[in-house]
Amino acid sequence: MIPLTIFTTMLVIISFIVDRKKTIKGIKKGLKQFLKILPTLLSVIIIISIVLFFVSDKFLMEYLGKEAGLGAYVSAAAIGSVSLLPGFIAYPLAGILLQSGVSYSVIAVFITTLMMVGILTIPIEARYFGLKTTIIRNTLSFIGAITVGTVMAFIYYLI
Amino acid sequence: MKALLKKYKFDFPIIIVFILFIGSSFYFNYNPGKQIFEDNFWMFFKEMILVIPMMFILIGLFDVWIPKERIQKHIGDASGLKGMLLVMLLAFIQAGPLYAAFPVAYLLWKKGCSPVNVFIYISAFTTAKIPMLTFEIGFLGLKFSLLRILITIPVFILIGIIMGRYFKRNECKINEG
Repeated sequence: MIPLTIFTTMLVIISFIVDRKKTIKGIKKGLKQFLKILPTLLSVIIIISIVLFFVSDKFLMEYLGKEAGLGAYVSAAAIGSVSLLPGFIAYPLAGILLQSGVSYSVIAVFITTLMMVGILTIPIEARYFGLKTTIIRNTLSFIGAITVGTVMAFIYYLI
Repeated sequence: MKALLKKYKFDFPIIIVFILFIGSSFYFNYNPGKQIFEDNFWMFFKEMILVIPMMFILIGLFDVWIPKERIQKHIGDASGLKGMLLVMLLAFIQAGPLYAAFPVAYLLWKKGCSPVNVFIYISAFTTAKIPMLTFEIGFLGLKFSLLRILITIPVFILIGIIMGRYFKRNECKINEG
């Protein structure tokens, strides 16, 4: 957050010194784009906030825990694809899950789908890429994430 | 006005209902509603209102300063492996949520980045951002992180190539948002 602020401010100042007109044009262009996507962004974070309310630590433990077996993988992939968690929440959470006995391979599926697939952000992605391309990309990423998770599961068994 | 309502036909109702829901949750002291607002929504909202505008300013500056020819030469259709590595590097040093990658992808594409590289950029962005890596290693261990990244890189290059081909064949385009 702070490095980004410093970086942006510095660039704006340099750009302003070199060419005032161009700088204003650039900032205007950028902010206009932001305003255009703002309603969609807002509605997506509203939905995410509500979904996150239901996906609590306890909920995750129940569905990803030791007793869940193969179902744990399915749950991990499903929950991971739907949720969108910022890294500073996702990793500590994964750490807690790990300590409470969830296997590395389930964590791998959870983390990879969490990062690569974004069902709830489809409305935003579709604004840029169109719905069809967005759905294809997310489907491919889902398959990719499952592949990564499975390979990791095997490797963790071997080593 | 009508076009605007149509464009955001799902977004405006969601926002309005949410405002009403949160407003009445606080009024009637309904805890789940308050929790959704305070624990979850506020966190995302802060990120959106503080970080994302700065990112868009950077995108705007990039747009006016960087000439198309330069982008095209380095990450365009003929850029090969070097282009792939460059977009991956660009993605790795960034931070922020997935939705921050899309406007950047639009800009790159507009400036002549090849579709394959656009999709490799997005996948790379989702997989391994250096600022987040320290978190991952801290909580899940170096072995987990390294393995995950090494296995994921070929997967997302493959996804990038498939998506790039699809994109070209169907003459798709990326919109401004």
